[in-house]
Amino acid sequence: MSAPAATAGFAQSLPITPTSSGGGPAPVRIVVAFGFWIFLLSDIIMFSALFAAYAVLSGQTAGGPTSRELFALRHVAVETLCLLFSSYTCGLGLLAIERRRIEAFYVSFALTFVLGATFLGLEISEFAGMIARAAGPSRSAFLSAFFSLVGLHGAHVSAGLLWLTFMVAQTATRGPRDYVRRRLLCFSLFWHALDIIWVALLTLVYLMGAR
Amino acid sequence: MAEIPAQSGPKDRAPGIGENEATGSLTSYTIGLAFALLLTGASFVVSQTSLLWAPGVSAGLAVLAIAQMGVHLVFFLHISTGRDNTNNVLALAFGVLIVTLVVAGSLWIIANLNANMISPSAIMQMQQ
Repeated sequence: MSAPAATAGFAQSLPITPTSSGGGPAPVRIVVAFGFWIFLLSDIIMFSALFAAYAVLSGQTAGGPTSRELFALRHVAVETLCLLFSSYTCGLGLLAIERRRIEAFYVSFALTFVLGATFLGLEISEFAGMIARAAGPSRSAFLSAFFSLVGLHGAHVSAGLLWLTFMVAQTATRGPRDYVRRRLLCFSLFWHALDIIWVALLTLVYLMGAR
Repeated sequence: MAEIPAQSGPKDRAPGIGENEATGSLTSYTIGLAFALLLTGASFVVSQTSLLWAPGVSAGLAVLAIAQMGVHLVFFLHISTGRDNTNNVLALAFGVLIVTLVVAGSLWIIANLNANMISPSAIMQMQQ
Protein backbone atom coordinates (compact mmCIF):
# COMPACT_ATOMS: atom_id res chain seq x y z
CA MET A 1 0.00 0.00 0.00
CA SER A 2 1.21 3.54 -0.67
CA ALA A 3 2.37 5.75 2.14
CA PRO A 4 -0.28 7.88 3.88
CA ALA A 5 1.52 11.07 2.74
CA ALA A 6 0.96 10.21 -0.91
CA THR A 7 -2.79 9.71 -0.54
CA ALA A 8 -3.51 12.52 1.93
CA GLY A 9 -3.76 15.26 -0.71
CA PHE A 10 -5.98 13.12 -2.93
CA ALA A 11 -8.27 12.27 -0.06
CA GLN A 12 -8.61 15.94 0.91
CA SER A 13 -9.45 17.10 -2.60
CA LEU A 14 -11.93 14.29 -3.25
CA PRO A 15 -13.80 13.28 -0.10
CA ILE A 16 -14.92 9.84 -1.29
CA THR A 17 -16.85 7.95 1.34
CA PRO A 18 -17.34 4.26 0.61
CA THR A 19 -21.09 4.01 0.98
CA SER A 20 -23.60 3.34 -1.76
CA SER A 21 -25.69 6.37 -0.86
CA GLY A 22 -22.87 8.87 -0.41
CA GLY A 23 -22.14 9.18 -4.11
CA GLY A 24 -18.98 7.08 -4.01
CA PRO A 25 -18.64 3.46 -5.02
CA ALA A 26 -20.31 0.96 -2.70
CA PRO A 27 -18.08 -1.20 -0.49
CA VAL A 28 -16.95 -4.41 -2.20
CA ARG A 29 -18.65 -6.43 0.53
CA ILE A 30 -22.02 -4.82 -0.28
CA VAL A 31 -21.56 -5.36 -4.04
CA VAL A 32 -20.50 -8.99 -3.60
CA ALA A 33 -23.44 -9.72 -1.31
CA PHE A 34 -25.81 -8.07 -3.81
CA GLY A 35 -24.48 -10.16 -6.70
CA PHE A 36 -24.78 -13.33 -4.68
CA TRP A 37 -28.29 -12.35 -3.61
CA ILE A 38 -29.25 -12.10 -7.30
CA PHE A 39 -27.92 -15.65 -7.79
CA LEU A 40 -29.89 -16.87 -4.78
CA LEU A 41 -33.08 -15.29 -6.12
CA SER A 42 -32.57 -17.01 -9.50
CA ASP A 43 -32.07 -20.27 -7.59
CA ILE A 44 -35.32 -19.66 -5.71
CA ILE A 45 -37.09 -19.03 -9.05
CA MET A 46 -35.82 -22.40 -10.29
CA PHE A 47 -37.24 -23.99 -7.13
CA SER A 48 -40.56 -22.20 -7.72
CA ALA A 49 -40.97 -24.11 -11.01
CA LEU A 50 -40.55 -27.41 -9.15
CA PHE A 51 -42.91 -26.21 -6.41
CA ALA A 52 -45.52 -25.44 -9.09
CA ALA A 53 -44.98 -28.90 -10.61
CA TYR A 54 -45.38 -30.53 -7.20
CA ALA A 55 -48.52 -28.54 -6.38
CA VAL A 56 -50.08 -29.61 -9.70
CA LEU A 57 -49.05 -33.27 -9.45
CA SER A 58 -49.37 -33.95 -5.71
CA GLY A 59 -52.73 -35.70 -6.17
CA GLN A 60 -51.70 -37.81 -9.19
CA THR A 61 -50.67 -40.97 -7.36
CA ALA A 62 -51.62 -43.43 -10.15
CA GLY A 63 -53.01 -45.87 -7.59
CA GLY A 64 -49.71 -45.84 -5.69
CA PRO A 65 -49.01 -44.67 -2.14
CA THR A 66 -50.30 -41.22 -1.23
CA SER A 67 -48.45 -38.49 0.68
CA ARG A 68 -50.53 -39.33 3.76
CA GLU A 69 -49.25 -42.89 3.84
CA LEU A 70 -45.62 -42.01 3.14
CA PHE A 71 -44.66 -39.01 5.29
CA ALA A 72 -43.53 -39.41 8.90
CA LEU A 73 -43.80 -36.02 10.58
CA ARG A 74 -41.55 -36.88 13.53
CA HIS A 75 -38.73 -37.62 11.11
CA VAL A 76 -39.39 -34.33 9.30
CA ALA A 77 -39.45 -32.40 12.58
CA VAL A 78 -35.93 -33.61 13.41
CA GLU A 79 -34.77 -32.63 9.92
CA THR A 80 -36.26 -29.15 10.37
CA LEU A 81 -34.57 -28.68 13.75
CA CYS A 82 -31.22 -29.75 12.26
CA LEU A 83 -31.50 -27.16 9.48
CA LEU A 84 -32.69 -24.37 11.79
CA PHE A 85 -29.89 -24.86 14.29
CA SER A 86 -27.30 -25.23 11.53
CA SER A 87 -28.46 -21.85 10.19
CA TYR A 88 -28.00 -20.39 13.66
CA THR A 89 -24.50 -21.84 14.14
CA CYS A 90 -23.56 -20.67 10.64
CA GLY A 91 -24.56 -17.12 11.63
CA LEU A 92 -22.55 -17.41 14.86
CA GLY A 93 -19.54 -18.59 12.84
CA LEU A 94 -19.82 -15.52 10.62
CA LEU A 95 -19.94 -13.26 13.69
CA ALA A 96 -16.91 -15.05 15.14
CA ILE A 97 -14.81 -14.57 12.01
CA GLU A 98 -15.79 -10.87 11.80
CA ARG A 99 -14.48 -10.48 15.35
CA ARG A 100 -11.36 -12.56 14.52
CA ARG A 101 -12.25 -15.32 16.98
CA ILE A 102 -10.89 -18.17 14.91
CA GLU A 103 -11.50 -20.90 17.50
CA ALA A 104 -15.17 -19.95 17.88
CA PHE A 105 -15.46 -19.87 14.10
CA TYR A 106 -14.14 -23.44 13.79
CA VAL A 107 -16.49 -24.71 16.51
CA SER A 108 -19.52 -23.01 14.91
CA PHE A 109 -18.76 -24.26 11.43
CA ALA A 110 -18.02 -27.78 12.70
CA LEU A 111 -21.47 -27.75 14.35
CA THR A 112 -23.00 -26.41 11.13
CA PHE A 113 -21.38 -29.26 9.20
CA VAL A 114 -22.54 -31.92 11.67
CA LEU A 115 -26.13 -30.62 11.68
CA GLY A 116 -26.20 -30.32 7.88
CA ALA A 117 -24.79 -33.83 7.49
CA THR A 118 -27.38 -35.16 9.97
CA PHE A 119 -30.12 -33.54 7.90
CA LEU A 120 -28.73 -35.09 4.73
CA GLY A 121 -28.42 -38.52 6.38
CA LEU A 122 -32.04 -38.38 7.56
CA GLU A 123 -33.21 -37.35 4.09
CA ILE A 124 -31.23 -40.13 2.40
CA SER A 125 -32.65 -42.70 4.85
CA GLU A 126 -36.16 -41.37 4.12
CA PHE A 127 -35.59 -41.69 0.36
CA ALA A 128 -34.10 -45.18 0.76
CA GLY A 129 -37.07 -46.26 2.89
CA MET A 130 -39.54 -44.99 0.28
CA ILE A 131 -37.71 -46.69 -2.58
CA ALA A 132 -37.62 -49.92 -0.56
CA ARG A 133 -41.43 -49.67 -0.18
CA ALA A 134 -41.78 -49.53 -3.99
CA ALA A 135 -42.49 -45.79 -3.76
CA GLY A 136 -39.55 -44.60 -5.85
CA PRO A 137 -39.60 -41.68 -8.28
CA SER A 138 -40.85 -43.85 -11.15
CA ARG A 139 -43.98 -45.01 -9.28
CA SER A 140 -46.27 -42.03 -9.98
CA ALA A 141 -46.26 -38.40 -11.10
CA PHE A 142 -46.65 -37.37 -7.45
CA LEU A 143 -43.51 -39.26 -6.46
CA SER A 144 -41.52 -37.97 -9.46
CA ALA A 145 -42.37 -34.41 -8.44
CA PHE A 146 -41.61 -35.17 -4.78
CA PHE A 147 -38.20 -36.67 -5.49
CA SER A 148 -37.18 -33.86 -7.86
CA LEU A 149 -38.21 -31.11 -5.47
CA VAL A 150 -36.90 -32.57 -2.21
CA GLY A 151 -33.92 -34.14 -3.97
CA LEU A 152 -32.89 -30.81 -5.50
CA HIS A 153 -32.94 -29.24 -2.03
CA GLY A 154 -30.86 -32.16 -0.76
CA ALA A 155 -28.40 -31.65 -3.62
CA HIS A 156 -28.09 -28.00 -2.61
CA VAL A 157 -27.38 -29.03 0.98
CA SER A 158 -24.70 -31.46 -0.24
CA ALA A 159 -23.10 -28.71 -2.32
CA GLY A 160 -23.29 -26.43 0.72
CA LEU A 161 -21.48 -28.99 2.89
CA LEU A 162 -18.76 -29.28 0.25
CA TRP A 163 -18.45 -25.49 0.10
CA LEU A 164 -18.36 -25.29 3.91
CA THR A 165 -15.45 -27.77 4.05
CA PHE A 166 -13.63 -25.81 1.37
CA MET A 167 -14.13 -22.49 3.17
CA VAL A 168 -12.90 -23.87 6.50
CA ALA A 169 -9.77 -25.14 4.73
CA GLN A 170 -9.31 -21.75 3.07
CA THR A 171 -9.70 -19.92 6.39
CA ALA A 172 -7.16 -22.26 7.96
CA THR A 173 -4.56 -21.72 5.23
CA ARG A 174 -5.07 -18.04 4.38
CA GLY A 175 -6.46 -16.55 7.57
CA PRO A 176 -9.47 -14.23 7.95
CA ARG A 177 -8.61 -11.93 5.04
CA ASP A 178 -11.11 -9.64 3.36
CA TYR A 179 -11.81 -11.94 0.41
CA VAL A 180 -12.05 -15.04 2.60
CA ARG A 181 -14.60 -13.30 4.81
CA ARG A 182 -16.57 -12.17 1.75
CA ARG A 183 -16.74 -15.78 0.58
CA LEU A 184 -17.84 -16.84 4.05
CA LEU A 185 -20.58 -14.19 3.88
CA CYS A 186 -21.73 -15.64 0.54
CA PHE A 187 -21.71 -19.14 2.02
CA SER A 188 -23.83 -18.02 4.97
CA LEU A 189 -26.32 -16.34 2.59
CA PHE A 190 -26.54 -19.60 0.61
CA TRP A 191 -27.07 -21.66 3.76
CA HIS A 192 -29.79 -19.33 5.10
CA ALA A 193 -31.53 -19.31 1.70
CA LEU A 194 -31.64 -23.12 1.79
CA ASP A 195 -33.45 -22.79 5.10
CA ILE A 196 -36.04 -20.50 3.51
CA ILE A 197 -36.63 -23.05 0.76
CA TRP A 198 -36.97 -25.77 3.41
CA VAL A 199 -39.69 -23.74 5.17
CA ALA A 200 -41.72 -23.67 1.95
CA LEU A 201 -40.99 -27.35 1.35
CA LEU A 202 -41.95 -28.36 4.88
CA THR A 203 -45.25 -26.52 4.65
CA LEU A 204 -46.34 -27.44 1.13
CA VAL A 205 -45.00 -30.98 0.88
CA TYR A 206 -44.94 -32.43 4.38
CA LEU A 207 -47.39 -30.54 6.61
CA MET A 208 -50.10 -30.14 3.97
CA GLY A 209 -49.36 -33.59 2.52
CA ALA A 210 -49.56 -35.48 5.80
CA ARG A 211 -53.02 -34.19 6.65
CA MET B 1 0.55 -7.69 -1.11
CA ALA B 2 0.30 -6.63 2.49
CA GLU B 3 -3.07 -6.96 4.14
CA ILE B 4 -4.78 -3.71 5.06
CA PRO B 5 -5.00 -3.42 8.84
CA ALA B 6 -8.57 -3.21 10.08
CA GLN B 7 -7.69 -0.27 12.32
CA SER B 8 -6.51 2.02 9.52
CA GLY B 9 -8.62 5.07 8.76
CA PRO B 10 -10.79 5.39 5.68
CA LYS B 11 -8.39 7.78 3.96
CA ASP B 12 -5.49 5.43 3.30
CA ARG B 13 -7.34 2.76 1.40
CA ALA B 14 -9.04 2.67 -1.95
CA PRO B 15 -12.77 3.38 -1.94
CA GLY B 16 -14.83 0.28 -1.36
CA ILE B 17 -11.97 -1.86 -0.04
CA GLY B 18 -11.86 -3.10 3.50
CA GLU B 19 -15.21 -1.94 4.73
CA ASN B 20 -15.78 -4.27 7.65
CA GLU B 21 -19.17 -3.70 9.18
CA ALA B 22 -20.43 -6.60 11.24
CA THR B 23 -23.35 -8.55 9.81
CA GLY B 24 -26.01 -8.90 12.47
CA SER B 25 -25.34 -9.60 16.10
CA LEU B 26 -25.66 -12.49 18.51
CA THR B 27 -28.94 -10.99 19.76
CA SER B 28 -30.46 -10.74 16.29
CA TYR B 29 -29.49 -14.32 15.40
CA THR B 30 -30.90 -15.59 18.71
CA ILE B 31 -34.15 -13.65 18.28
CA GLY B 32 -34.40 -15.03 14.75
CA LEU B 33 -33.88 -18.59 15.96
CA ALA B 34 -36.49 -18.16 18.69
CA PHE B 35 -39.06 -16.79 16.23
CA ALA B 36 -38.27 -19.52 13.70
CA LEU B 37 -38.65 -22.27 16.34
CA LEU B 38 -41.92 -20.73 17.54
CA LEU B 39 -43.36 -20.51 14.02
CA THR B 40 -42.19 -24.02 13.08
CA GLY B 41 -43.72 -25.42 16.26
CA ALA B 42 -46.95 -23.57 15.53
CA SER B 43 -46.97 -25.02 11.98
CA PHE B 44 -46.62 -28.57 13.30
CA VAL B 45 -49.35 -28.01 15.91
CA VAL B 46 -51.72 -26.42 13.38
CA SER B 47 -51.21 -29.24 10.90
CA GLN B 48 -51.85 -31.96 13.49
CA THR B 49 -54.64 -30.52 15.63
CA SER B 50 -58.28 -31.31 15.14
CA LEU B 51 -59.39 -28.21 17.05
CA LEU B 52 -59.27 -25.94 14.01
CA TRP B 53 -61.74 -25.70 11.17
CA ALA B 54 -60.19 -28.15 8.67
CA PRO B 55 -60.57 -26.13 5.42
CA GLY B 56 -58.83 -23.15 7.05
CA VAL B 57 -55.74 -25.08 8.11
CA SER B 58 -53.99 -24.77 4.73
CA ALA B 59 -54.36 -21.00 4.75
CA GLY B 60 -53.07 -20.90 8.33
CA LEU B 61 -50.03 -23.00 7.38
CA ALA B 62 -49.32 -20.70 4.42
CA VAL B 63 -49.46 -17.63 6.66
CA LEU B 64 -47.11 -19.23 9.20
CA ALA B 65 -44.68 -20.24 6.44
CA ILE B 66 -44.63 -16.73 4.94
CA ALA B 67 -44.09 -15.24 8.39
CA GLN B 68 -41.19 -17.59 9.00
CA MET B 69 -39.63 -16.73 5.63
CA GLY B 70 -39.84 -13.08 6.65
CA VAL B 71 -38.11 -13.87 9.95
CA HIS B 72 -35.33 -15.68 8.08
CA LEU B 73 -34.91 -12.81 5.62
CA VAL B 74 -34.67 -10.16 8.34
CA PHE B 75 -32.72 -11.94 11.08
CA PHE B 76 -30.52 -14.36 9.11
CA LEU B 77 -30.11 -12.81 5.66
CA HIS B 78 -30.17 -9.25 7.08
CA ILE B 79 -32.50 -7.80 4.49
CA SER B 80 -33.36 -4.44 6.01
CA THR B 81 -34.56 -0.98 5.06
CA GLY B 82 -31.02 0.38 5.43
CA ARG B 83 -29.49 2.60 2.76
CA ASP B 84 -27.08 -0.07 1.53
CA ASN B 85 -29.94 -2.55 1.26
CA THR B 86 -32.21 -0.81 -1.28
CA ASN B 87 -30.91 -2.89 -4.19
CA ASN B 88 -31.35 -6.12 -2.22
CA VAL B 89 -34.95 -5.24 -1.36
CA LEU B 90 -35.77 -4.33 -4.98
CA ALA B 91 -34.23 -7.59 -6.22
CA LEU B 92 -36.22 -9.49 -3.59
CA ALA B 93 -39.45 -7.78 -4.69
CA PHE B 94 -38.74 -8.77 -8.31
CA GLY B 95 -37.97 -12.34 -7.24
CA VAL B 96 -41.22 -12.55 -5.29
CA LEU B 97 -43.10 -11.26 -8.35
CA ILE B 98 -41.59 -13.94 -10.61
CA VAL B 99 -42.14 -16.73 -8.07
CA THR B 100 -45.78 -15.66 -7.66
CA LEU B 101 -46.30 -15.58 -11.43
CA VAL B 102 -44.71 -19.01 -11.92
CA VAL B 103 -46.54 -20.76 -9.08
CA ALA B 104 -49.95 -19.07 -9.24
CA GLY B 105 -49.92 -18.98 -13.05
CA SER B 106 -49.09 -22.69 -13.34
CA LEU B 107 -51.77 -23.67 -10.85
CA TRP B 108 -54.36 -21.47 -12.57
CA ILE B 109 -53.61 -22.70 -16.10
CA ILE B 110 -53.42 -26.38 -15.15
CA ALA B 111 -56.64 -26.18 -13.12
CA ASN B 112 -58.34 -24.57 -16.11
CA LEU B 113 -57.04 -27.26 -18.48
CA ASN B 114 -58.11 -29.94 -16.05
CA ALA B 115 -61.63 -28.52 -15.80
CA ASN B 116 -61.97 -28.37 -19.60
CA MET B 117 -60.57 -31.86 -20.14
CA ILE B 118 -62.96 -34.44 -21.56
CA SER B 119 -62.89 -37.60 -19.50
CA PRO B 120 -61.81 -40.82 -21.30
CA SER B 121 -65.25 -42.37 -20.77
CA ALA B 122 -66.91 -39.41 -22.53
CA ILE B 123 -64.58 -39.86 -25.52
CA MET B 124 -65.56 -43.54 -25.67
CA GLN B 125 -69.26 -42.60 -25.76
CA MET B 126 -68.67 -40.11 -28.56
CA GLN B 127 -66.95 -42.76 -30.65
CA GLN B 128 -69.88 -45.15 -30.42
